[in-house]
Amino acid sequence: MLELRSIDAGYGSFQALFDVSLDVRAGEAVGVIGPNGAGKTTLMRVISGLIRPIRGTIAMQGTDVVATPAHRIVSLGIAHVPENRRLFPRLTVADNLKMGAFMPGARARYAERLDFVFELFPRMKERRHQMAGTMSGGEQQMCAIGRALMSNPKLLLLDEPSAGLAPVVVQQVFELVKRIRSSGLTVLIVEQNVQQVLRVVDRAYLLEAGTIRAAGTSTELAASDTIKQAYLGV
Amino acid sequence: MSRQVKAWIVALIALVALPFVHSDPYHLHLLVLILIWSFAYTSWSIMGRFGLVSLGHGGFLGIGAYVTALLWNDLGISPWLGIPLSMATAGVLALIVAYPCFRFRITGHYFVLVTLALSGIVLQVITATRDYTGGSLGYTPRRAGSSSIVALQFDDKVIWYLIALAVWLAGIVIWHWIDRSMIRHAMEAISEDEDAAAAAGVNVTAEKLKITLISALMTALAGALYCQYQMFISPDTVSGIAVSLQMVFAAIVGGVYVALGPTVGAIITILLAEVLRIGFGTKAVGWDNLVYGVLLVLFIIFLPKGILGSVIDWTKSPPKPPRGHEQETVPVARR
Amino acid sequence: MQSFLDIFDIYFLEAVINGILLGGVLALLALGLNLIFGVIDVTWICYAELVMIGMYGMYYLVQYFGLPYWAAAPLVILLVALLGAALHFLVIAPLLTAPPINQLLATGGVLFILQSFATVAFGIDFKNLGIRLPVLSLGDMNFSYARLLSFAAALLGMIGVYLFLTRTFTGTAIRAIAQDRQIMPLMGVDPKRLYLITSAIGGGLAGLAACLLVLQYDVHPFVGLSFGPITFLICVLGGLGNFIGGFIAAFVFAEIISLGGLFSDLEWGYVLAFGFFIVMMFIRPAGLLARRS
Repeated sequence: MLELRSIDAGYGSFQALFDVSLDVRAGEAVGVIGPNGAGKTTLMRVISGLIRPIRGTIAMQGTDVVATPAHRIVSLGIAHVPENRRLFPRLTVADNLKMGAFMPGARARYAERLDFVFELFPRMKERRHQMAGTMSGGEQQMCAIGRALMSNPKLLLLDEPSAGLAPVVVQQVFELVKRIRSSGLTVLIVEQNVQQVLRVVDRAYLLEAGTIRAAGTSTELAASDTIKQAYLGV
Repeated sequence: MSRQVKAWIVALIALVALPFVHSDPYHLHLLVLILIWSFAYTSWSIMGRFGLVSLGHGGFLGIGAYVTALLWNDLGISPWLGIPLSMATAGVLALIVAYPCFRFRITGHYFVLVTLALSGIVLQVITATRDYTGGSLGYTPRRAGSSSIVALQFDDKVIWYLIALAVWLAGIVIWHWIDRSMIRHAMEAISEDEDAAAAAGVNVTAEKLKITLISALMTALAGALYCQYQMFISPDTVSGIAVSLQMVFAAIVGGVYVALGPTVGAIITILLAEVLRIGFGTKAVGWDNLVYGVLLVLFIIFLPKGILGSVIDWTKSPPKPPRGHEQETVPVARR
Repeated sequence: MQSFLDIFDIYFLEAVINGILLGGVLALLALGLNLIFGVIDVTWICYAELVMIGMYGMYYLVQYFGLPYWAAAPLVILLVALLGAALHFLVIAPLLTAPPINQLLATGGVLFILQSFATVAFGIDFKNLGIRLPVLSLGDMNFSYARLLSFAAALLGMIGVYLFLTRTFTGTAIRAIAQDRQIMPLMGVDPKRLYLITSAIGGGLAGLAACLLVLQYDVHPFVGLSFGPITFLICVLGGLGNFIGGFIAAFVFAEIISLGGLFSDLEWGYVLAFGFFIVMMFIRPAGLLARRS
């Protein structure tokens, strides 16, 4: 579904990604794990077009993503839940969800998508008139994921969905990711919480210092010594 | 003695000697206007170069001109006393408006809009007090015979040329003095980051007030001199938003970051206005400002450092990167 | 003595009501400026001059081409909306990454251009639409229909903008972009297009204001100067980009001008308003309805 080939990317003179290649197949859940500052967020931003690669190609179901204007990439079926959620704090939950359905294709099915999201997150239905910034971290994460789902995506990019949340809530968020998966969506998830994420995904990549150091199924990676020592604390 | 100082001395001797060699009254008239306006533009750029963009200077200019003339006509106070009084008036007004602005960190757009309103209000007051000021019809200082030192009225353009030259030179000296003083370092720190400057022990409000006061006093002096020289003022020529913008325009065209930038701006704008006036005759009304406006927009887009500033950049070091406004954040979002 | 007070009261009430009526149009202008500032982060110093061009548009369409008022008004709104979009496209868009002060000063250049264009093209004499609306007498008080109509139309215009901002996708995006500009592409929003739409709406509001002001005031190239500065003060007092603050501040200022004008010339009303503004800066430096963040 999504193919990244030899991506170099960065900000100004600072390069964050070096020759990154990665595949996500339809229906899969794929994780990207690695330490802080490894370039995980940059990777997400390159896919959704917030920054452009210096070199390399990205294809979404055969369409050249790099050549697509940033605001059209959603229409290819890629929805990005950014790091720190980035809701519009002084808009209501309903308005935040509405923004997720901004592009013309999604607008036409707005009511249907809204029902879907409200069914997935009944809490959001209760809170729809509340300002998004006044909700708890977990609720905000739900709202952010809901907003991304409003565009009826094929591929969901999740950037550190567990960051800054209480352990109980982290558990809930990963349960949610499982449910979203089971609804047929393809998921690419970036996490520092390696133990948790390896339980949710089929395959994962290890990103360190901007390069892919290892790749494999989640069981393979969970069994690998380097990962065990560095990330699982075993 | 450095080469630069030598060049300045030679240039000054040439400037002082000029009217005695070439005394064509029209050319002298243009030179006097250029010098007075250069002084006014220099006083604007003293603030403007530190990011304190004021559109209130039209107000200070108008106060300088009108207060001096009113004191002379109605109370018989000589401009020698009237000019300091008018400068003080402008200074007080500057402090009244600037103090809350600086004290409460009103910067950027807010500061521009507040000062813009100030020059608009001064224009309104001059118009409203039409019983004294003649309103929009304009105002003429009372003539004191042919030439009078007490009334600061001279028929001889050479005298005016020398006065204007001295004042202009004083403006340049003040510019350099600030450029070398502690104020500059404080102001540069403030224009980079007010909070950091305050944390480093800079009294942000006081430093800004100082520079604003100097600038307002100088501008009022320019207004008074313009009035004494032209012997006619009207609200539209010495006050209001248009005059403020004209000052900004000339300073930007010349270059705000170099001492002679505003002077270059004055030369360009005044010659441009004259060429248009001669070219179009009475039809020129409006055309000069139309050309100004177009040039101002083009300059801001393509040559924000001004003519002199850019020339110096090209001959000297590579240009400093522009202070990024959202540039380091996701540029695709805006381009 | 008693009779004097009676007369005073009537005039006072009349001035209060006229102030409210004036406030409607000022609020419309403040809304336009706040909208543009909120979305694009730029202040159009030449905003009142767009209104001036619109007033000339009305004058020529009605006087020269003989269009009825109601047919000319939509054309003028459209014209000024296009002007606003053109202003953004030609002047602001090339400066989006420049320091904000440059954008602001560039619109100052446009102020020069519009004023002098009007001088060159239309001359400096005062022009009147020539529509005389009757005066409504309520007891001893007189209100011109022109003002009542303006107030009603301004209110309708603002309601229209409110509905647009709250009900439509584009309107929601306009409110959202002020809160987080960078992630807008993730929503499928093209900021460039949104800026252009906002500029057109801002222009359209100036056009509507022009249609209303031309009923009450003569047109001349410098007419913008008589309400431009006050609009800026309103926006600063209300907090730039704050729609509700601007709305309230507009009525506060309109009352001051109207009541100030009761005792003296209208110009002194402006001076009074400015004095009030300076005092307010000490009391509420962050604006009338500062957001506590």
